[in-house]
Amino acid sequence: MKTLLALVLGLFLAAPAASQVRIEITGGAESALPIAVVPFRENRVSPGLDMAQVIRDNLYRSGLFDPIRPSDYLGSPSRFEDVRFRNWRALGADTLVVGNVSPLDNGNYRVRYELLDVYAGNRITGQRFSVSPEGLRNLAHTISDQVFEALIGRPGGFNTRVAYVEERGNVDNPEYRLVVAEADGHRPQSILTSNEPLMSPDWSPDGERLAYVSFESGRSSQIFIQDVASGERRTVASFSGINGAPAWSPDGEQLAITLSRGGNPDIYLIDINANSEPRQLTRHFGIDTEPTWSPDGQHLYFTSNRGGSPQIYRLPVSGGDAQRVTFEGNYNASPSVSEDGRFLAFAHQTDSGFKIAVQDLDQEFMSVLSDGQLDESPSFSASGSMIAYTRSSAKGTELATVSVFGRVQGQLIDFDHTVREPDWGPL
Amino acid sequence: MNRPMQWLSLIAITLLISACASNNDNIDDSEMAEIDQSTQGTSTAGVADSESFEGEALEDPSSPLSERIVYFTYDSSNLSNEAMDLLEAHGEYLADNANRQLLVEGHTDERGAREYNLALGERRAEAVKQALLLSGARDGQISTVSYGEESPAMNGSSEAAWSQNRRAELLYER
Repeated sequence: MKTLLALVLGLFLAAPAASQVRIEITGGAESALPIAVVPFRENRVSPGLDMAQVIRDNLYRSGLFDPIRPSDYLGSPSRFEDVRFRNWRALGADTLVVGNVSPLDNGNYRVRYELLDVYAGNRITGQRFSVSPEGLRNLAHTISDQVFEALIGRPGGFNTRVAYVEERGNVDNPEYRLVVAEADGHRPQSILTSNEPLMSPDWSPDGERLAYVSFESGRSSQIFIQDVASGERRTVASFSGINGAPAWSPDGEQLAITLSRGGNPDIYLIDINANSEPRQLTRHFGIDTEPTWSPDGQHLYFTSNRGGSPQIYRLPVSGGDAQRVTFEGNYNASPSVSEDGRFLAFAHQTDSGFKIAVQDLDQEFMSVLSDGQLDESPSFSASGSMIAYTRSSAKGTELATVSVFGRVQGQLIDFDHTVREPDWGPL
Repeated sequence: MNRPMQWLSLIAITLLISACASNNDNIDDSEMAEIDQSTQGTSTAGVADSESFEGEALEDPSSPLSERIVYFTYDSSNLSNEAMDLLEAHGEYLADNANRQLLVEGHTDERGAREYNLALGERRAEAVKQALLLSGARDGQISTVSYGEESPAMNGSSEAAWSQNRRAELLYER
């Protein structure tokens, strides 16, 4: 357990000693922690949600955990005192989550869980909550977060939201929706419906607003900012030509956007709270678009075909020359930067189609993570351990996740409609 | 150029335009065909039969002007020779008909990044506009818009669908 934990922690903490770090594309979960999450005992209640299952799915999708199947469990303890650790050692579990749900007088539930170290035979962490019936799923995400953070040493980000675009109808009569859902795709809620295309949702750093592109004017794209809770919105860019690719600055004060009002697509900055002129950052006759910020707000990564084909470049926000960042292949686009600024995810064209790839920005080492034909629109999770993206499906497109470490691929819930362009919200 | 014939064609076009104005902003072939029948009283047919005049009516199926889509290769906004020939005809038509307005829509196939494709679609629409200007159209006659990959002509993930979707559409306005 200790060795394994140290190994995994090493993946994250060894950033200064870059040469030690290697991203292994194992296809399996070689360094993933074996964990058992026992179904929570339901005392005189049946809340209708298998919280342990939600937690197992969350942990599995991160690529850092290898949950053991419940059918293999020997017993179903619900608290530390009842656990026979020898049984769980025999099963190969390093850690164990037990818990129970009880009714409260006001119709709410009391939920109690404990995270146990199977080898040391002690308690790592645990907590007691009172929660409304509607809050149970969120609580399962919160417990996932606590387990993840206790064992990995950084936030899990399971209790975050994802925004995406949904398309219904057919070619002749389409309907587009901007949807906000839990990070695992559950409980989707439309915040905008339109008969014209919607694109490129981007969360504000405080997780309260979304910037997006809408064609509702009928003649050109516009950029809107919408408050997710109230639904209030306003136009922030409606210039001649393209208004696209909004990206919030880490301080939430600015948007990097693409405008073509100067004759061709370039990157501009606009202030959210002031009606000042957009500040032009790139000046090139090629296509410059898809800006995204480094977490320190000092640089923008963006896609440009200035070298002949789309590649990702990095530009100091304060001014200066753009430097090319991606070199493998003829088409790399749609950059997303991990929260620690270390990794860049992007859509990468190979001989067998478009894949999601990740590049270690320190080592310039690129790995292909996904294996679809038309994978696109990668978005790092707040924890940096997962990437959400769009992949093709029988119905059109769907949302999927891939773990940065260990290559665990998952599908967000089964969608009834074609969905795309996930943007993972902040913690 | 045969002056009376030019006038005749202008009158015919004007009649057609006013006839269709009450129906729809955009002109397409099927609609124009209907209008053609309902305006048989005018001498449209006689004009269209003539091969000697320039600036053919848009609805004449034998005219290059009836073709209003140009296609592109993957990740490119270069115009093929066929596209250049077609756009030359449209550019000359616009030059001869200063009152006509044209919207050029740029589109891409589904492959690659959506925002990059939005930009690529605009490059295609702009390339078409430049070709039209070269053939005499005036800047104020042409507006452009890109829909990127958001508005495919054909659904599907095959080269057959992709080749139909990598396009610029010429939409004449009233």
